[in-house]
Amino acid sequence: MSTASSAASRPILPARLRDAVGRNLLMVLLAVLSFGVILLLSGKDPIQSYADILRSTLGSAYGLSEVVVAMIPMLITALAVALPARIGLINVGGEGQLYIGAAFATWAALTLGYLSPWILLPLMMLLGMVGGALWAFIPGYLKAIGLVNETITTLLLNSVAPKVVGFLIFGYWHSAMDTVKTTNFVPAARLPAFFGTRIHLGMVLALVLLTAFWFVMKYTRWGLEMRAIGGNPQAARRNGIPLSRYLLSIMCIGGAIAGLAGMSQVSGFYGVLILNFSMGLGFMGFLISWLAGGDPLGIVLMSAVVAIITTGGNLLQLTRDLPYAVINILLAFTLFVVLARPRFFEGKKA
Amino acid sequence: MTLLSLLGVLSSAIFSGISLLYTTLGEVIHERSGIVNLGLEGVLLVSASSGFAVTVVTANPFLGVLVAMIAGALMNMILGYLVIRREANQLASGLALMFFGFGVSALIGRPYVGAKINALPRLPLPGLGNLPKLYSSLFSFDILIYLAIPCAVLVWWLLFRTRWGLGLRAVGENADTAYASGRDPRLIRFQALFLGGLLAGLGAAHLSIAYTMNWSEYMTAGRGFIAVALVIFSRWHPLRAIVGALLFSGAVAFQLLLQSSGVQISPFLLDTIPYILTILVLIAWGGNRKQSAPASLGRIYHGTE
Repeated sequence: MSTASSAASRPILPARLRDAVGRNLLMVLLAVLSFGVILLLSGKDPIQSYADILRSTLGSAYGLSEVVVAMIPMLITALAVALPARIGLINVGGEGQLYIGAAFATWAALTLGYLSPWILLPLMMLLGMVGGALWAFIPGYLKAIGLVNETITTLLLNSVAPKVVGFLIFGYWHSAMDTVKTTNFVPAARLPAFFGTRIHLGMVLALVLLTAFWFVMKYTRWGLEMRAIGGNPQAARRNGIPLSRYLLSIMCIGGAIAGLAGMSQVSGFYGVLILNFSMGLGFMGFLISWLAGGDPLGIVLMSAVVAIITTGGNLLQLTRDLPYAVINILLAFTLFVVLARPRFFEGKKA
Repeated sequence: MTLLSLLGVLSSAIFSGISLLYTTLGEVIHERSGIVNLGLEGVLLVSASSGFAVTVVTANPFLGVLVAMIAGALMNMILGYLVIRREANQLASGLALMFFGFGVSALIGRPYVGAKINALPRLPLPGLGNLPKLYSSLFSFDILIYLAIPCAVLVWWLLFRTRWGLGLRAVGENADTAYASGRDPRLIRFQALFLGGLLAGLGAAHLSIAYTMNWSEYMTAGRGFIAVALVIFSRWHPLRAIVGALLFSGAVAFQLLLQSSGVQISPFLLDTIPYILTILVLIAWGGNRKQSAPASLGRIYHGTE
């Protein structure tokens, strides 16, 4: 879990580590037990259900690959939150930036489908990032000139973006059969998948981005300056760091990353742009980044936990005849216990 | 465009906006005490589903409304535990609460999808009893609609004309100072969340028991987030929240009007009006923001030494 990651990423005395592992296990147990009670109340066998979740996700190569597939957008959207958080920007707008990025990429997929994939896919990535960056530019600019807080604007724009996408699909892009989605992308507009699974190139993108994030923060001048801004913006400004330029550009880069997540979902996962396809991926990214304390390794671990829960939920629905949304309860219990964790690992801000 | 269709548009706009007014009022109360509830969407869903379920089982819509209110307050208590007792981040806790609401409401509502209910009874506007039935049926509203604006006035009175409201706003501005003047910030925030949850529950009850008269997963369709936007739009003031809800109703009415008069404007774009207007309003009074937003909104109160 997230705290395990922060335990691993810094030197901690063995006794303290043991303590941390114990606490984490206790937290997980608490979440599992609470959801077990809910399952029991709705007439299901909790032990059987949990066995199903584990067997379907970690117990088979296919299940494991599906967990990885589910992790891809979470990793990228979490990074879109973690990066701006380093300079104190709260980007709640991953959801909206993801939608606009997906729309930009879809435009290329639909109109330039005759291009070779070697040109088309990089173009779609670029457009996805441009779309997300543009959507983040509005809150970034308003924040940089000191007019409106970015938390509020990113949140509001989240609700606007899916409707803009709906307008585009419904008005211009919908397929002949269906008004809530576009025609399927041509093969050239699909991110390649590996090993006969649904794991696509987005996974590589996500890992490269996370590594780059870690490297930039730790070893470059930009990272140093960003950490300075995160520590004390006014002190950083007085030391000659261009504060508002950083605010604007980092917000846009965060948006670009979220836009790339949108591109990777429509091109790699769905192969088509569907109305309301995200269902909270951007919000999930915010939660993951916050719970992981913005730490790259923590993001990977936390995404894996969330992905196991949501992927397992798919199976729970099939064999236990519970509505799929019920898995959100297990997810929420896990989040609750992590949020309510004792103030043990102080220090890191999300 | 006939008079009848015009009145029809007006009537349905009122029906669709009322749940938002209650929800916005609830959010105004706890944001005034310093707590943002991003999980409002989940709170609304749980209230709407449990209220609907109770109405189906007991055939008593008033009992349904009551249960919806209690459900809303209990959901907010979860948030209260996380952000007040455990001092967790408000935005993250709110989002976790939203996912919790998605799940719980699906579980509660599942057996009642498609069920028929006794909706809240509708009473014609006084003085309109003599109109032809076609007209008077358009202006028969349920009790929650009649009580909406008095409720906004009540919230205003509570916040701005009572000692409790003064303490609540003081906590929202500066919890340490409020503590120094003998108030318990944690207790007041819990109270604000409880009251806000009751009001959100009322809004959700109106949605499922009086307006749509059914339950379906994710039926609130973003109303929780609209309410958060309207709180900002109304600058944390209960009476201006009426204007905010009217704005939303107006956008709905505008959309219906355009459709019935044959003008083709995408309903998707019209749906964005409340959000875009809110952003424009924020930009317009960006300079003197300090006068309206509670100063310690979103801050954790760690206790006073």
